[in-house]
Amino acid sequence: MCSHVVSSGASARNQPTIEYLTGAQIIVRTLLELGVDTIFGYTGAAVLPLFDEIDSENWRNIMAKKSDETKTGAQIIVDTLIEQGADTVFGYPGGVVLPLFDRLYDAPINFIIPRHEQGGCHMADAYARASGKVGVVIATSGPGACNLVTGLATAMMDSVPLVALTGQVRTDLIGNDAFQEADTTGITRPVTKYNCIVKDVKDLARVIREAFHIASTSRPGPVLVDIPVDVQVAKCQTDGRNEMNLPGYKVSTKGHARQISAAAAAINKSERPVLYVGGGVVIANASEELRALAQKAHLPVTMTLLGLGSFDQNDPESLDMLGMHGSAYANYAVQECDLLIAIGARFDDRVTGKVKGFAPNAKIIHIDIDPTSISKNVKVDIPVVGDAKHILTELLKEVEHRERAEWFKKIAEWKKKFPFSYDRKASTIKPQYVIEELCRQTEGRAIVTTGVGQNQMWAAQFFKFHGPRHFISSGGLGTMGFGLPAAVGAQVARPDAIVIDIDGDHSFNMTMTELSTAVENKLPIKVCILNNGYMGMVRQWQQLFYGRRYSKSYLSNPDYATVAEALGAVGITVDKKADVAGAIKKMLGEKKPCVVDFRVEREENVWPMVPAGKNINEMDGLDILESMA
Amino acid sequence: MKHIISALVENKPGVLAHVAGMFAARAFNIDSLVVGRTEDPKLSRMTIVVVGDDRVVEQVRKQLAKIVPVVKVQDFAGQPMVARDLMLVTISAPPEKRPEILSLIEMFKAKVVDIGTRQLMVEVCGPESKIEAFIDLCKPYGIKNVARTGTIAMPRQGSSEAKS
Repeated sequence: MCSHVVSSGASARNQPTIEYLTGAQIIVRTLLELGVDTIFGYTGAAVLPLFDEIDSENWRNIMAKKSDETKTGAQIIVDTLIEQGADTVFGYPGGVVLPLFDRLYDAPINFIIPRHEQGGCHMADAYARASGKVGVVIATSGPGACNLVTGLATAMMDSVPLVALTGQVRTDLIGNDAFQEADTTGITRPVTKYNCIVKDVKDLARVIREAFHIASTSRPGPVLVDIPVDVQVAKCQTDGRNEMNLPGYKVSTKGHARQISAAAAAINKSERPVLYVGGGVVIANASEELRALAQKAHLPVTMTLLGLGSFDQNDPESLDMLGMHGSAYANYAVQECDLLIAIGARFDDRVTGKVKGFAPNAKIIHIDIDPTSISKNVKVDIPVVGDAKHILTELLKEVEHRERAEWFKKIAEWKKKFPFSYDRKASTIKPQYVIEELCRQTEGRAIVTTGVGQNQMWAAQFFKFHGPRHFISSGGLGTMGFGLPAAVGAQVARPDAIVIDIDGDHSFNMTMTELSTAVENKLPIKVCILNNGYMGMVRQWQQLFYGRRYSKSYLSNPDYATVAEALGAVGITVDKKADVAGAIKKMLGEKKPCVVDFRVEREENVWPMVPAGKNINEMDGLDILESMA
Repeated sequence: MKHIISALVENKPGVLAHVAGMFAARAFNIDSLVVGRTEDPKLSRMTIVVVGDDRVVEQVRKQLAKIVPVVKVQDFAGQPMVARDLMLVTISAPPEKRPEILSLIEMFKAKVVDIGTRQLMVEVCGPESKIEAFIDLCKPYGIKNVARTGTIAMPRQGSSEAKS
């Protein structure tokens, strides 16, 4: 009766559907399935396991569900998470979330514990970006909630659907400076799409449903729900007051038909159009529609950092990334185009350079689901508010094919003259070479996460992505230390994918403790540290704008291979160019998390570069690119 | 230009902080902000006076509408409307000055709401310009204290719907 039976055939890792049942449990469940809710009997030694099961919490839970009895707040949280499809949750326990963690003890939820709440928040964020689902993170009150702030701000800037649940001190202690008390809703209000505190257990299920709805619809973003410990313990009837009630929240998806027609007419008339595509296209799952539009109307496509992957970079229409460290050909094309079609992008300062001189000859179409993005930085001629997928589908019906041979010829010339390039003959390990080799060996199919700085820009420049949700990077906030926890979250979401964190040494230093999380959960992530011993982008700016005074931009690093081994991962050090390809091959074959410390050229710079306050066609470093082409 | 923006918001804790926080975070200037209940206990109305060019005020309007518990936003600029401030002001009023001050109060259709041996408390209601004018005229007598509500406003009946 106590032998274990696997009740599901699924065997893949991280499949929370696997349930191990005892014979007694199977008997009880089968009885319940058959509708038996009353049993007459007498106990004895040989039926003790069965009686134990009948008396267990499990039985009571099942019965509670059936008879709609009262539930505790903690149980309501768990049940609502499951109802909302959250089969994977990241989180860290603590005093005032103990009732909730008690209910998570045997819940059918894949639970990942980070080493720090910030890491957990980035994991949930990357889980959401890689899967398209809502990421969920749980933290305790006070320090736990405060540690989420960087992660929430990262998700807010990059429009990532995230639900954060935090514990709070007892309702009657709020405001008394209780132990581990912080004004969580006050602290996180500017870094969340919405947040609130639940003071009545009757509101709990409804508020969590609203949180998932708000997080995942319109322009997505993080939503935080703060739940005092007494609300987790309180009981209530499970019915009633559960319908969502959001009179101020409207989701507009369909674009205005007349605006769409105006946009199509402008596209059809244009001689020199450019599509400028951002993360919104990835979020809207509109890559197919984008490809169809670019092909049918014959439009070149440039992407923002977060837009990378929305359009296959191996297509001839791709202009790769634009902006401060974007391609020369994308920046020239934008400056000379007569029509700029922005989709799910927000004219960020890293894209536009000097706003007044951005795309000076172009009429601008702006397609975005968030009306506040439109005409915020750049005045727009044809705004279309709505979901990118819907609008692109409609647009596709009205656009016509045009050859635009002269425009594409000009673009091809720029591409030929100024490709992304570096000194391939150098004897040292060039960071760009490592990335090219990663791209070659994975055929561009890996999911890439990054730190922030040079490593991030080189990854964006030299890894050529085929499809969406493969480039996961902190774009808006620029959060150093994002890469490693993001790799963990992405690997949880996509157990079968190759997940590579292309990181800088100093970015890696910030959150390297999360390597333990990868080891514990047997996640075969790969970490490639482009180790130049500097905060590379800071050093580059100090070299270019502060007379090579490298003020505080280097620290002494540990031996990363030793660190990796100590934490239970595989560690490899590469200091010869000839060993790079072999080390990457070995890394890709590893089943354990693997860290490769590439000792790269120390003072390599990212080119091209648009200095702050310049137009994006006024790039530095073009002579270097041209000489290396 | 001065814009009067009226926002219908859910009557929940944290909404005022959210609205005020958004103004601060985005560096918009608030001239005045008034919150009060409406006929529906679930809703409050915020009347916010903002100074800025059209681009800024359009952003204010859109950013307000984006806040989840904000139900409806209207900008009354360029619309026929009634806008009113309420002020309580204490004026130094020795017996020999009282007749002049009382005639001033009469002219402004203001009301004496408290009287002491050396001072008067006056309630003045009206458009902002009238309140300012009253303050200017009272200054020579000596103003002890001023409390003002800030502007509340409503579009006039028969005028087309305010831009929302």
